[in-house]
Amino acid sequence: MDWGTLHTVIGGVNKHSTSIGKVWVTVIFIFRVMILVVAAQEVWGDEQEDFVCNTLQPGCKNVCYDHFFPVSHIRLWALQLIFVSTPALLVAMHVAYYRHETIRKFRHGEKKNEFKDLEDIKRQKVRIEGSLWWTYTSSIFFRIIFEAAFMYVFYFLYNGYRLPWVLKCGIDPCPNLVDCFISRPTEKTVFTIFMISASVICILLNVAELCYLLLKVCFRRSKRTQTQRNHPNHALKESKQNEMNELISDSGQNAITGFPS
Amino acid sequence: MSWMILRDLLSGANKYSTGIGRNWLAIVFIFRLLVYIVAAEHVWKDEQKEFECNIRQPGCENVCFDYFFPISQVRLWSLQLIMVSTPSLLVVLHVAYHESREKRHRKKLSASPGIMHGGLWYTYLISLIVKNGFEIGFLVLFYKLYDGFSVPYLMKCDLKPCPNTVDCFISKPTEKTIFTFFLVITSCLCTVLNFMELSLLVLRCFIKCCLQKYSKTFKSSVCECHNLKYVECSEIGAPRLFQIHCSSFDESVPQKPEARLLCNTQKD
Repeated sequence: MDWGTLHTVIGGVNKHSTSIGKVWVTVIFIFRVMILVVAAQEVWGDEQEDFVCNTLQPGCKNVCYDHFFPVSHIRLWALQLIFVSTPALLVAMHVAYYRHETIRKFRHGEKKNEFKDLEDIKRQKVRIEGSLWWTYTSSIFFRIIFEAAFMYVFYFLYNGYRLPWVLKCGIDPCPNLVDCFISRPTEKTVFTIFMISASVICILLNVAELCYLLLKVCFRRSKRTQTQRNHPNHALKESKQNEMNELISDSGQNAITGFPS
Repeated sequence: MSWMILRDLLSGANKYSTGIGRNWLAIVFIFRLLVYIVAAEHVWKDEQKEFECNIRQPGCENVCFDYFFPISQVRLWSLQLIMVSTPSLLVVLHVAYHESREKRHRKKLSASPGIMHGGLWYTYLISLIVKNGFEIGFLVLFYKLYDGFSVPYLMKCDLKPCPNTVDCFISKPTEKTIFTFFLVITSCLCTVLNFMELSLLVLRCFIKCCLQKYSKTFKSSVCECHNLKYVECSEIGAPRLFQIHCSSFDESVPQKPEARLLCNTQKD
């Protein structure tokens, strides 16, 4: 059980995401999870061992370390990545529920003309519309909230994103104000800034995806009302044709067939 | 031997769960197991090495550490995860036993394989009760062992061979407290989900029994189906929710919902 399991879950949702969503998943797993696992954990591996205070007083080092690092950077990042990835589960659950309902209708003979067999239903890419659109949009919204919240917590806990090389500590049982030295402060600062930048990029991607979804819905609605206004007798045929056109344009083709006369 | 085995076993149990059961499983995997493996384990990694007492007397630190931490929080956490996940295996075993019986008799013991017989419903109910028992039991044990859920930064110890009352300092107490509270909150959440699932199952069965009794008195004079037999709720099998979930894996014979509700499966 490790990040691979989370990757499997998120990867499953990826099929039904928008293009921006797919880029977001790539950024998350390559620039954040992978960096955390292969690099950051090594850098912070000896953080308490090599945290040295200029005193022989037993307990002073423990207390000062606990005061300056209430939660380690890597633990906070791991929690951030877990929380940021979990809204995608909402989408996964909704898709699973939708598939379950489709299979149930198929068994009752309602959708026999749309699908050949059960495998077809399971392989089908579910479109982001209707209630799934709301679920997907909420998941993106929660992602943004979690990212921003963790970035704020980071800033608040460590007074910024830079790690100093020396900290002054005078907490009991330290006999006086002692100097405490952090191990590898520059390397830790570099990785902190890297992770924060990746976090900012993920926030921007999420905001872009949110805007894209909102624009798509507005555009679709305005097209539908326009069609209904211009050709009220052919409204039904028009909407079906438009849905087909959107299907085609969504799958990446630009060809739009002409309207029926 | 690793957590993957537990994950694979639980994924197998997922097939027979209700919707709430699947949510419970997702919470256990992601918020408890994953957090434990990627974060919590490392917090407690050097707990004894960094446990420091203000004394040079050999043995004093060992004795004090053992007294304050008879079992490490992280080990208790992993035990809790294992114990809480194993009742789901009861369901898997029951299904496997039922399928082996079908194979042995070389025929279907129930006419519609998607519907589980009544015994499985009880097994599922028992597994939920046992899960809840373990969750609450471990929380109480945590509370009693460590006098609450927060980890102090300083503990006073005067056990032999320590010559007097010495100050002992724990490493990373704030981080440990944060993760302990995380554990408690997810544990409580899972307990609530289990209670909800339990109530839902019992309520559905109760409603179904009432409906059946009502339709029994209504249909007794007008029923045309020759093989109809009205049975009590516990004999007909799992409540409707279970039937819906189980029938999604039944790819052989589609059944009408009303048939499932009123008509009995063939008696063997």
